[in-house]
Amino acid sequence: MPNQPGSAYFLVDTKEKEIRTTLSVLVDNEAGVLARVIGLFSGRGYNIESLTVAEVDHLDHTSRITIVTSGTPEVLEQIRHQLERLVPVHKVVDLSTEKPGIEREMALIKVAGAGEKRVEAMRLSEVFRARIIDTTHSSFVFELTGTQQKIDAFVDLMKPLGLVEVSRTGVVAISRGAEAM
Amino acid sequence: MSGPQDPTGAEIVIRALKDHGVRHIFGYPGGAVLPIYDALFQDEGIEHVLVRHEQGATHAAEGYARSTGKPGVVLVTSGPGATNAVTGLTDALMDSIPLVCITGQVPTHLIGMDAFQEADTVGITRPCTKHNWLVRDVRDLPRIMHEAFYIATTGRPGPVVIDIPKDVQFKRGPYVGPSNIKHKTYQPRVKGDLKKIEQAVEMIAAAKRPVFYTGGGVINSGPLASQLLREFVRMTGYPITSTLMGLGAYPASDKQWLGMLGMHGTYEANLAMHGCDLMIAVGSRFDDRVTGRIDAFSPNSKKIHIDIDPSSINKTVRVDLGIVGDCAFVLEDMIRLWKAKLLKPDRSALSAWNMQIDGWRARNCLAYKPSADVIKPQYAVERLYELTKGRDTYISTEVGQHQMWAAQFYRFEEPKRWMTSGGLGTMGYGLPAAVGIQVAHPGSLVIDIAGEASVQMTMQELSTAVQYDLPIKIFILNNKYMGMVRQWQQLLHGGRYSHSYSEALPDFVKLAEAYGAVGIRATNPAELDDKIKDMIDVNRPVLFDCVVDQNENCFPMIPSGAAHNEMILGDAATDPTVSEAGKVLV
Ligand SMILES: Cc1ncc(C[n+]2csc(CCOP(=O)(O)OP(=O)(O)O)c2C)c(N)n1
Ligand SMILES: [Mg+2]
Repeated sequence: MPNQPGSAYFLVDTKEKEIRTTLSVLVDNEAGVLARVIGLFSGRGYNIESLTVAEVDHLDHTSRITIVTSGTPEVLEQIRHQLERLVPVHKVVDLSTEKPGIEREMALIKVAGAGEKRVEAMRLSEVFRARIIDTTHSSFVFELTGTQQKIDAFVDLMKPLGLVEVSRTGVVAISRGAEAM
Repeated sequence: MSGPQDPTGAEIVIRALKDHGVRHIFGYPGGAVLPIYDALFQDEGIEHVLVRHEQGATHAAEGYARSTGKPGVVLVTSGPGATNAVTGLTDALMDSIPLVCITGQVPTHLIGMDAFQEADTVGITRPCTKHNWLVRDVRDLPRIMHEAFYIATTGRPGPVVIDIPKDVQFKRGPYVGPSNIKHKTYQPRVKGDLKKIEQAVEMIAAAKRPVFYTGGGVINSGPLASQLLREFVRMTGYPITSTLMGLGAYPASDKQWLGMLGMHGTYEANLAMHGCDLMIAVGSRFDDRVTGRIDAFSPNSKKIHIDIDPSSINKTVRVDLGIVGDCAFVLEDMIRLWKAKLLKPDRSALSAWNMQIDGWRARNCLAYKPSADVIKPQYAVERLYELTKGRDTYISTEVGQHQMWAAQFYRFEEPKRWMTSGGLGTMGYGLPAAVGIQVAHPGSLVIDIAGEASVQMTMQELSTAVQYDLPIKIFILNNKYMGMVRQWQQLLHGGRYSHSYSEALPDFVKLAEAYGAVGIRATNPAELDDKIKDMIDVNRPVLFDCVVDQNENCFPMIPSGAAHNEMILGDAATDPTVSEAGKVLV
C-alpha cells in the first residue's frame, strides 16, 4: 500500500480517497482463469464490487471479464498491472478513466402481493421499463436492465410492495464509439 | 491421433526436458510419478538427484538455477510431494528464479474423488507460481512443456508447475519439438522506450547527488547486464549500492561501491539513498526491507526505475520515470546515448557528494568489538572470506543474523556467486541450495553460511550431499539462539526472549559423522583459521560447527518502519562529530 510504513510497529491510518472503476479484461478461456483473477484480488487485498464473465468468442475461446473495483489511483494502477501479468490475460482496459464506457446490469426481481400493492408494483415496472417474464395470481418476476443505480432504485421501491428475492448479473461494460477495447 | 509408435506422456516429458537442454533434475519418487521415473530409468543423459525432502529439491533447483542462469527442474509426486514443494516454489516466485516443477497427479478419472494422495496442486500452487497447468490430455503435453520453459525463463523469471495425472503419463501421443515457441498472450517486453531512456540519461548527467540502487534483476538478466552496469557506473563515476539480491553485480572491491543498503545495509549506502537528488533503480523493487519507512524514503530525490515487470514500477514508491525493459537492453541503450550525446557528469558537484559520502564511510559502520577468547560471528565471516577469496567460490546462506553478516562481510566480485533467500526469507534454503550449486559446479568451493536453527530445517539434505559426493561446506555460525529473533526481542520487545533459545542442540560434529560427512568444530579465534583451512582442504561434505558469541547483534540496523536516517549503529562504530551529525539529518 502506498504511503504506509513498511512495518507493523508504526502503523498509521492514511485515508486516501478511493475511486470506483470498471475494468474490462480479455482472457483466454482456459481452465482456472477465473480462479487466477479472483485469487489475485483476494490475495492482494483488492476490492471486488462486481464481477461478470462469459466466453465472447467461441472459436478463439476468449472470455471477457468485467470487474467493478475501487481503490486509490495507485492501487488501481497496480490492479491493472497485476492483471496484465497473468499469463492468459490478453488485454485490460479501464472503462472509467482510459476510455469512456457504458455499463449495464440485468436483474430478475420477484415480487409477491395482491390488491393495491400488486397494481403499484406493476405501474412502477412500467415507469422503469421492466418486463414481466413470469406471473401468477400472487406474484411477478420482472426483468430489468440498466445501470446499477437504476436497479438499486427499483429494488428499493419494491421492498414495501412485497419484494421476495433478487438475482443480478453484475455489471457488463463496453466502450463508446467504433473501436474495440 | 496417436499410434503405437508414439511416445508415452512420461517419455514426452523426458524428451522435452532434453530438448530444453536439461542435464540435472532434483526429485523424489512416489506413486503418481512412477511412469516418469520409469522413463528416467531407461534413459541416459539426464541425471536425477534424489533429495531427502521435496522442499530440498526446490531449493536445490533454485541454487542450480541461480548459479548457472539455467532453469532448475524439480520432479515430485502428487499430494504430499507437491505440498512439500510449496515453500520452494514461493521462494522462487519472490526471488524471480526460473523453476520448472513437474508434479504427478492421481489419474484423471479420480480427480475430485479425494483419492489417495490427491491434492488440488494447481489450486494450491496458483498463487505461488508464475503460471501452472493441469495436463488432462497427452496431446497438450508437448506444448505445455515448451510453454513452461518459455514462461519460467523469460520476462521476469519465476517458477511454473506442470501437474500430470498418472494416466496421462501412460497414454501415447505425438511429440512436437520446441521450435519457435510463441504464446498468444504472454509477450514480455525487453527493449525499453528510447524516449524515456534519453530522458533518463539527461537526468543522470544533470544530477548533483546521484546514486545507483541495483537489485536481483541485474543478476537475473545475465552476465551481460552486470558487465554493462559496471561500464555505465564507471562512465558516470557515481556511487552505487545494491540490495541483498543484487550483490556481486558490481564488484565489492570498487571504490564507487557503497555496500549493501536496507535494514542491515551500510550507513553510507542508506544515507546516500536518503540524501540523493537522483536515484537510479536498476532491477530492484523497493522492497520494505530496503525502503524502511515509505513516507520518509529518500524524500528529496527524483527517481528513475528500470524493471522488466511493469507492476514493479510505482508499486510501493512513486517514481518520476519508469522504464519497462530488461536491464541489459536498457543499460546498453543508456551507454550508447550517453556517449552519443557526449554527456558528462557534473564533476564539482560529484566531488562534493563523494566527500559527504566519505564522511559517512568514516563512521566505519560495520566495526565490531574484537575478542581474543570468543569467536565473533563477523570475524568468522571475515576469516572465511580471506581464506576463500582467491578461489572459485559460491556462497549460499540460511536466514537470520548469519545471513546478514555474510552479506556485510563476504565480498562479492562477480554475479551468480551469492544465493540467498531474500524475498521469502526461508530458513532451510541454504543447505539444499548448496547441493544444487555443487551439482552444477562440481569442481567449485560451495559454502552454506548457516545458523544452527535454520540448518536443522533441511539438515537431512546432508545425506544427499554424501550420496552424490558433493563436497559442500556448511559453515554454521552457532550462537544457540535464533539470533535474529533474539535481536528483535531485545530491541523491540523489552528483552523478553520468548522461545528463541534452543535448549537442545545436536552435537553437529557427531551428526556429520552419522551422515557420513566430516564434522569440524571451532570454539576460539586462535584455532579458527586452521580449522577453516581443514574444511576447505577436505574433499567431502563438511558440517562446520563454528561456536560464536551468543549475544552479538547485527548492526547497522534500521528498525522496521524507521527511516534511513534513523539507523542504529553498533557500539564499535565511530562516534559522529557534530558537523557529521548535521550531515546525517539531510
Ligand atoms: C521457515 C522460517 N521460519 C521462521 C522464520 C523466522 N526467523 C527469521 S530468522 C530466525 C532465526 C534464525 O536462527 P538461526 O538460523 O540460528 O540464525 P541466526 O539469526 O542465529 O544467525 C527465524 C526463526 C523464517 N525466516 N523462516
Ligand atoms: Mg543462531
